[in-house]
Parts: sequence; structure tokens; C-alpha cells
Amino acid sequence: MGQAFTRAAQWTSAKDGTGGKLEFTKINEELLNCIVQFIDGYSSKFSSESKLVFKKPLKWQSSLTPNQFSAAGCSERGDDLVSDEMADKENPLFSLMKINASSYQCCVMSLEWAEKVSQSAGDRKLHEVRACLEANRDPGANILGDRFATVEGEDNSIYRFTEEITKEIEQLSKQSSEGEGNEDRTAEIEEKKAILKLKLQLSKLDQDLMNTSISLISKEVRLNPSTVDGEVKNLRELSGPSEESCVLKSIGFYGPVFVFENGCRAPAHRQLHGDIAYVEVQPFDTGVLYIMANTSGYYTFKGPDGLGEMQYEREGEPCRDLVLLLKQKSPKFAEMIDNQDFSLKVREENEKLSDHRHEDTMDNDEQVTQRTDIQRRKKEMEEQDKEKQTKQKTQRKKRLEPSLKWKALGMEEYKVDERQGDSNRRLKKKKTTPRMKSKTPIDAEDSFSESSTESEEEEEAVERRSETNADLPSEYWQIQKLVKYLKGGNQTATIIALCAMRDFNLAQETCQLAIRDVGGLEVLINLLDTEDIKCKIGSLKILKEISRNTQIRRAIADLGGLQTMVKILRDPDKDLKCLAAETIANVAKFRRARRTVRQHGGIKKLVGLLDCVLLTSQMTPEIEKDIEVARCGALALWSCSKSKKNKEAMRKAGAIPLLAKLLKSVHEDMLIPVVGTLQECASEPSYRLAIRTEGMIEDLVKNIKSQTDELQMHCASAVFKCAEEKETRDLVRQYGGLDPLVSLLQKTENKELLAAATGAIWKCAISPENVQRFQELKAIEMLVSLLNDQPEEVLVNVVGALGELAKDPPNRLAIRKSGGIPPLVNLLTGTNQALLVNVTKAVGQCAEEQDNMGIIEKLDGVRLLWSLLKNQNTEVQASAAWAICPCIEKAKDAGEMVRSFVGGLELIVSLLKSHDKEVLASVCAAIANIAKDEENLAVITDHGVVPMLAKLTNTTDDKLRRTLAEAIARCCNWGNNRTAFGREKAVGPLVKYLKSQDENVHRSTARALFQLSKNPENCITMHEAGVVQPLMAMVGSSDEDLQESAAGCISNIRRLALANEKARYS
Amino acid sequence: MTSKRKELQKLVEKLSKKKDIHFNRQQIEKLIYKFSDLHGGRTLMDKNHVARMERGMFRDILYNYFSMTDDVLLDRVFRAFDKDSDNYINVEEWINGMSVFLRGLKEERIKFCFCAYDLNGDGYISREEMFQLLKTSLSRTSTDEDQDESIKELVEITLKKMDDDHDGRVSFEDYKKGIEEDPLMMEFLGPCLPERKRCDFFLEEIEQLGKY
Repeated sequence: MGQAFTRAAQWTSAKDGTGGKLEFTKINEELLNCIVQFIDGYSSKFSSESKLVFKKPLKWQSSLTPNQFSAAGCSERGDDLVSDEMADKENPLFSLMKINASSYQCCVMSLEWAEKVSQSAGDRKLHEVRACLEANRDPGANILGDRFATVEGEDNSIYRFTEEITKEIEQLSKQSSEGEGNEDRTAEIEEKKAILKLKLQLSKLDQDLMNTSISLISKEVRLNPSTVDGEVKNLRELSGPSEESCVLKSIGFYGPVFVFENGCRAPAHRQLHGDIAYVEVQPFDTGVLYIMANTSGYYTFKGPDGLGEMQYEREGEPCRDLVLLLKQKSPKFAEMIDNQDFSLKVREENEKLSDHRHEDTMDNDEQVTQRTDIQRRKKEMEEQDKEKQTKQKTQRKKRLEPSLKWKALGMEEYKVDERQGDSNRRLKKKKTTPRMKSKTPIDAEDSFSESSTESEEEEEAVERRSETNADLPSEYWQIQKLVKYLKGGNQTATIIALCAMRDFNLAQETCQLAIRDVGGLEVLINLLDTEDIKCKIGSLKILKEISRNTQIRRAIADLGGLQTMVKILRDPDKDLKCLAAETIANVAKFRRARRTVRQHGGIKKLVGLLDCVLLTSQMTPEIEKDIEVARCGALALWSCSKSKKNKEAMRKAGAIPLLAKLLKSVHEDMLIPVVGTLQECASEPSYRLAIRTEGMIEDLVKNIKSQTDELQMHCASAVFKCAEEKETRDLVRQYGGLDPLVSLLQKTENKELLAAATGAIWKCAISPENVQRFQELKAIEMLVSLLNDQPEEVLVNVVGALGELAKDPPNRLAIRKSGGIPPLVNLLTGTNQALLVNVTKAVGQCAEEQDNMGIIEKLDGVRLLWSLLKNQNTEVQASAAWAICPCIEKAKDAGEMVRSFVGGLELIVSLLKSHDKEVLASVCAAIANIAKDEENLAVITDHGVVPMLAKLTNTTDDKLRRTLAEAIARCCNWGNNRTAFGREKAVGPLVKYLKSQDENVHRSTARALFQLSKNPENCITMHEAGVVQPLMAMVGSSDEDLQESAAGCISNIRRLALANEKARYS
Repeated sequence: MTSKRKELQKLVEKLSKKKDIHFNRQQIEKLIYKFSDLHGGRTLMDKNHVARMERGMFRDILYNYFSMTDDVLLDRVFRAFDKDSDNYINVEEWINGMSVFLRGLKEERIKFCFCAYDLNGDGYISREEMFQLLKTSLSRTSTDEDQDESIKELVEITLKKMDDDHDGRVSFEDYKKGIEEDPLMMEFLGPCLPERKRCDFFLEEIEQLGKY
């Protein structure tokens, strides 16, 4: 409430020593009312803040006496009244001390008590508040301490305070994380928070007060000379001798014609009182009126007395405009102005003033001065307006200018800023751009817009550049000098400079960026376009090195280096080809570069490089060179093959047979890029097929046995991807690839290799023959040992492999014996979705074994599985539901266990609303198992399982049909569910299932139909749907189960028919 | 005429037996033919009536066939050919020189280039010699003084790279070592060997000689 009181409230000048008093004006009254409203009921809204103890008490001379005071919690001490609650040792929160016989001094130390005082004061509230505020000119400072005292200009105290609090909170959290809990500090922070809250509320109050006072002030009239001139002039135009057409006989300024520079006509000594001019009005009905135009409005006054002396005494209330005043004074004027719509005209005139002015023929001196005056003012105003507009325009322009980047930086923040104070904006701006410190703001903006279209990596680039600019290393200057020679020298100087440049440590980022920053990249890339082979080689040798840096890569691509290098791939010089390919391999590590290579025909040329004579008995230098070229080509293709379109382009360019040929190489240098490319491409089915048919599996398996981790890793990774296909899996086994894969499990320190190897094992284990071999190799034990502290990439594959292996019953036992179940169950709590899918599968497989199930149950694994049904990933949901099935089947008291999961049954029934077929199928399977328990069946029936299942019956998906029919069959065993299924029209669609090709669907459908046929209505529906014929066929099935249900169903239908006949004929 | 032909045959015989000549007989014959044909059929003779080639003619060849333009270096290549320093190139010098120039092994070429760069023939390339050879290598500086400064700096950079034993000059050993480190430095003071394709082109043209 500081600002409102120093500015808006009207104080009497400080005559006595105690400071001013609040004037008894309307504004002040409004302000006081606002404050009273604020205080009343404060404690009920903000109880903690209201208890906050003031830094200094608010003291004032009160008119209250102790006996008027009604609030509880006080005790009398002699003449004084003192609260029981104490602020500290000496001071009570509230006291009312007797000063002299009639008056008391009131002393308050919390808002709670202030409120109580206000309540006790009753109708003297305003008086008390007034007294309080007069005694305490800045109550905010008293309440919150001097740091929040009202100051002129910017007030940053809140921001500083907020920062302080956040800092302290941070510190505290740091400390508490180190283990030393500090309760005192927490309390302190809590208090500070309360202070902040209170301060914000006070500021809000302050603002509200300001707003009220402004709206009040704006109601007050402020006249100025030009408006007075205008009004008088307008009325003069409507004045004249004719009583019928004119409103006044005459109107004019009274007194000397002289106009002061400020536009006033009143004499200087009267201007001190706010007088502007005096108007003499002669209405038709009354005598002459003298009107005083004061800044606060129009008044009538006595005017000159007989001696010509002015009597300045005002009469009556001020009026906002002259017309209004005249209306009051002269009925005739009021009548005329209303009748003839003059008032409107006056307004119009007023608006047209400027237009009329030119045609105005009056040559009255006064008029002229007046006119010019107005003209001048208007002009000035217009000019100002224009200026403002242009300013705004430029400002707006500036706002719009910063490119998209601003969005990334948080336009949101900016918007918030605008609402808050200017100081705050500056503060935040600083925060968002701290890394630009070394640059001027303009530079910073430039670099922003430059890189606006780039991705995050570039942003990093900007950041780092500014860092390196901060302190330039000596290399920078040396490199700059060399670049100068590159630019200005002939071939000889260029080569010397190129060679000298390579003496720098080009692997070092400072040097790499220095070359770029001094414009070296452009020169190096330009050199690639020259005729001189030596220059090209020298340049490429440097580019090859520095392109290991991501920023340089992008810069090379931006400067069109890739296009030139792709061209060089056709050069007859083999060294040059090699270097270009190697550099492309480095640069094409990001998507845009790979696309550029493809679009400029680079893929075809690179594939062309692969074509070399290999495996010749004698190696001539020429052939060695060719092999080197092929190796470099493979390196570049490896980089390029990360893009899907490039893979396609490579295949079309005939890369596969060439890669197959190179795969026969014995050199690891060659094999690594070749296998790397292959494993990258193996994500495409076309490549997988080609890898198998071109006989590459044999070579891949052979190289898994190599000595180099990297090569092994790529080979295993290629097998991982290729082994999706059964034939490939068989080939891996036939070539003896399973043994080396298992032996790779020992390389626990190389996680990438481990991930690739376990992945390959996982996929290979899909084939039962391979599982056999893995069993012999004791893979399970090794895999289980990898279940502990491995990165997720490895775990996903390990668990996937265990899940596949556990499909073979003896392996389930092996997993249990090697202690694999607890870690598996433990992994159910993870968050990695790929991992969760695999873990649920593995646990589900393990649960098929009775003994395993015991362990899983003990570890509460079923509950964990159940909770995974809530996972948002449908794959996880489905595989968790599948895993639940064997758990229920094998658990000892499954019904009780399922019931123990609170809300579990409701959850699983609600999953029937899923849109994912796999989820639906798995959930149906789970429901079929749950429904075995009668009590649970009752519960899920209550949850509406019947209509939900019935709704699903229209599906054509065989997997879902099978589990759905199973679930329906089981759910029939409760209450009138059979009838309900019939009512929900589940029977008709079920009959159609019998036409399916899937034997399993038949079996479960027959079972469901058998159950449903126990209801006569359903029998009729079935019969109408033509169920008998397919069922008859199924009675002849070799599957006993199917036979039985089909026969049962037919017999039910038949019985109904018989009963029917009997009824008819008897 | 017959004696002359015999003499020629003898010469060819002799040269083709030399191990450091990388041409076959026929090529040698053609080269000799070229040598005598250079002056438009009118072979220049010394006082012993031995055919020889003068500097201007040699420079023309380098210019026409190998696009070498640097005056200083043209002279230096001439010096490298002209083993006996009599300012003329005789047939033997021509064949020997061309053997290195067109088909030289690495070792031979290193020797050839070093010989060309070693202006005073003292076995070292000094700062001054480098300065001489690099004088024209920079184009874009404004004043002569700047130019000289820049070239001096360039000489220092070169020296830093090539002067392995830090004695302020480049010995043959230094030079060899420098090239081993960086093959591009072979012609570090200016091109004095032809480009591969120009060699092929020249040899092809020689093959055509006398066929008409």
C-alpha cells in the first residue's frame, strides 16, 4: 500500500511535526474503505500469513478503550489491555496502553490482531485505520521490514527476495541430500515464504488502491485553456440577436484581450489559483452571467462590481462543461439547446473545427490567435502521434524480427515477461542468453537467425563457438596465417601451407574450429574444385581429419563440399578417391549429408568403388591400392547406409554382391566397414534375404570367431537382425555360429558386443533346434548371470533370449536352478517398455512350471504383472495379460490370489475396451482363466463382462476368436449369463467362427456353443444360423474335445426340438 | 649418313643397357629422334659436331608439353638436366634427364628436385635460396615490403617443416625425411616434375614420331 499512499492519497501538508494528516476527501475515504475490506476476514482466508509477526509494531493513538474491546485472548493489566499471545519475550502481539486520561495507544504486531482491532472498532473502523495510517506512513515497511519499504522508481525487493528464497531452498535441499537435515532452516524458509506471500498480497492491495484512486481522479474535471477556447468559440457561433434561432445573446471572454503563452487569459495572480479565463455570457432570459473557467471546472462568480473590480468568489459547484452550467443557469438556453439539437451540433462543430478553420472568414484578432494556437497544438499532436506510431512500428518490427529461434528459446517466457515489470524482463533476458556473453547482442541475434532452421546439434555449435572466442589459443593465429597463404598463394605456397597445417593437432577441437572460423573451410573446399591433384590431396587430408567434428561436418555440407567430393570419386587418381570416400564417410554421419550424397549420385559411385579384384594370389601395389579404394568406399557406404533411402539406392546400385565378395576378405580393416554396412542394412527384409541367399551368413559366422571385438560385434549384430528368418537361424546353426555366440557372453566388459551377442542368441533361440544346442552349451546359466547390473540394451536381449529358451520345459527348470526367477520378477518393476515386453514373456513362460510359479507367487510377481496392465504401451499390456494366464493356471489358490488384488478384476475387464487386437486376445485368455473361479466369475459379471465380450464377437481375427470363445464358454457358468449372451447377440457371430480355418478356433467355439446351447433361446438362434451342419462335421473330428462339445451342442438342440414336438402333439 | 646411323645405333645400345634408364630401345630411339628434330630438322652442333640443345629450346619443350611456366624453375630444371653445366643439353643428358623426369623412381626424383632447388649447388637449400624460389608464390599482398615479409614468413614455415636437424638450412637428408613424412612436400619449392597425364601424353606423342 506504499505507492498508493504516497501518490494517490491526499495529504495535508505537514504543518505539525508529526507528519501530514489524511484529508477528508472522497478519494481517501475510498482508499480507507478498501483497506478495511482487506483486513476484515483476512485471517480466515490466509491463516498462516495473518499470524506472521510484524517486524515493527504498528502504533497509533486509538480512540478505543479497553472495555470496548471484545476479542478474546486478552487480559487487563491495570488500565492497559494486553494480548496473551506474545510476539517475543517482551512484546505482546497486541496492546492498548493508556497515555492519558482520554486516549490510548494501540500497538499491533500481526494482521490477525489488526483484524480484531478493526472488528472491535465497529463503526469507527475508518477512524482507526486513518489514525493508524497517519501514524505509520509506510505500513508495509513496518509489517515486512525495511527491505520492503516503499521507494521511488524501480522496486526490485520482491525479485531479490524470491531469489533469496529459492537459493536458500536449493541450499537446504543440497544439505538435506547430504544427510544433515536442518529443521531451523526449513522453518526460516517457511517464514520467508509467508513474508513473500504477504508482500505480494500487499502489493496487490496497493495496486487495487491505485486503481480505485485513478478511477476516482479521472472523474474529476481538468480543464485546459484550449478546451475553454473551443467551447466559448462554439457557443459564440450559436449566439446572436435572434431569439428564435440562437441560444445566447452573446458570449465572450471578459477582461483584457491579452493571452498568455500558456493559453490562459486570467491575470497571472489568478492563474495561481487555477483560473484560466473569465467568460461573460448574456442569455436571453437572465442577466449577464460571469463564469470563471478554472482547471477544476466552470464556476459562476460575481464578476466585476460597480467599480470594475473583479470579485473572484465562486458560487456553487463546479461544472464539467460550459453548456451544462449554462443549462442550469438559463432555462431558455437549456430549452433552445435541447430543442434545436444544438448540443449535437456543438459536438459536431467541435469535431469539424479543424475543417472549418480554413473557410473561416472572421478576422477577429482573438480568433486568429486562438486558431493558430489550436492549429499549432494539433500539428504538434499529430507529429507526436506519428512519431509514436513509427516508434511502435519499429518496435513491433523488432519484435517480429527474431526468427523461429525465439520460439525454441521460449516465447512463452517472453509473454510472461511482458506482463511483469520491465526490470523483470531484463532479468529474464539475461538468463536466457548467458552463453552469449562474449558477443554483442546483435551478434547473438544474428547467429540465432542464421541457425534457425538447423537442429539441436547446431545450437551446440553456436554455444561452443562463443566459448572458443573467449580466449583464442595461439594455434588460432597460426592457422589464420596459413589460411592466408592458402588464399593468396600459388600452388607451391598452397601446398606448403596445407602441409604445415597438418602439423597441427587436427584431432583437437580448437584447431578444427579455428580452421572454420578463419574461413579455412571455404578455401579447402574450393581447392577441391581446382585442377591440381596435389592441392586436392592436401586439402582432403585435412578435411578428412577435421570432419570428425560434428560442427565441421555440417559446415562442410553447408559449403557444398559433399557435391565436390562425390565428383572426385570419379577421379582416376586412387589416392584422391580414397581420401574423398573417407571424408564422405565422416561427413555423412548426419541425415542431411546422407541425403545430399544420394541426390548427387554418390551412392552409385561409392558402390562402384567396391568393385575390386580380391583374393588374388599375388598382391601388386596396384591391387593393394584398389583394395584400399574399396575399403574407403565401404566406409563411406557404412555411414550412408543409416538412411533408409540410401539402403535402397545401394541395393539398386548392386552393392550386395560386391559386399558379399568383400566379406571374403581376410583383412579386418576391410571387414569392419563391410560388416558394419551389412548389419546396418539388415534392418531391411530385402537385404536379409540377400544376405542369406548370397551366402554371407557363413562369412558372418566365421567372423564372429575373429579376434577383434568391433568386428565380432558387427557380425553378431548382423546375425541378430538377420535371424528373424527361420532359414537364417538354421544356417547359423549349420555353420556352427551358436558356439561362438555363446562364448561371446563372457565378454562382459564390452557392453555393445554383449548386446549384439545376446540379441543374436535371442533371435536364434526362436528355432527349437537352436534351443537344443544352447542347452548343451549351458547358455541359460550364462544368460541368467547377466541379469544383474547390465545396461538395458543388454537386458532386453538377455531376457528376450531367456523367454525364448523357456519355451522348452527343461529350460524352465534350468532357469530356476540357476536362480533366474528372482531377477526376472525384479525386472517387472522397470520402465523400459521393450524390456517389459520381454520380461513379461519370460516370466509367463517360467510360470508354466508349477515350482517356478511358487517362487513367482512368493515374490509377488503376479501382482507386478497385473499392475503392468496399466502400462500405456499396448504391447506391454498384451504380454502382461498373456503372462497372467499361466500364472492363474498354475497358482495354488488362484481364485483367492486374484481376489486379493484390489480393483484387479475391474481393471482387466475394462481392458476389453482396448482397440488393440493383441490386448483383446490376451485379456480374453486371462478372463477365461479367471472365470474358472466361480466367485471371481461373479465379480467380473458384475463388472459387465458379458456385454463387453458379446460386443467383440464380430471380429474376424482368429487369435481373438479363439480366446474370446474360450472366455464366453467359461463365463456361461454363472447366473443367467447364458441368456445374457443370447440377449447381447453373441450367439449368431459365434456360429460363423465354425467356418474359420483354425482348428483351435473350432475347439473353443464348440465349447462355447455347447455351453450356450443349454439355453433354449440360444438353441433357436444357433439353429437359425445354421449351426448343425458344421457341428455334424466336427463330431467326426479326431480331436476328442471338439467331438464332445460339438456332440453336446447338437444333443441340446435336438432335445429342445423333441420337447417342442412333444409339447405340440401331446 | 651410314656412319651417323651406326653411331646412333651404338648410342641407343649403350643407353638401353644402362639400368637407370627407364625406357626401352624403341623409346630411346624416338626420344633421340625428337631431340634431333627439335630445331626443325636443323640440329645444333657443337664444335665436335655433337648435337646439343640450347636453353631456350628446352624451355619451349617444358612449356609446350608440360605446361611449366615458372621462369626460375624452368631454368632450374634445365640445370638439373645439364649435368656438365655447359649450358647445353646433349643427347645423353637428354635421355638421362627424361628418364627421371618422366619415369623416375622416387629416389631419383628426390635427387632431381633437390638438384633443381639447390641454386648454388652446395648441397644445401638455404633460406636465401628458398626466398628466391618462393618469391613469386604470393599474389595478393599490396606493397613490396609486405610481400617480402610474407614470403619470409613462408620461408620460416617451410624451414620449420623441412629442417629436421635445425641448422637453418635444408640438407638432402632433411629433404628426404620431409618427403617421407609428407609426400606432398616433394616439390615444396615449386613444380619441377610433370603431371602424370602430361607425361603419358608426351610419351604417346613420342611413340607416334617417325611413323609417317
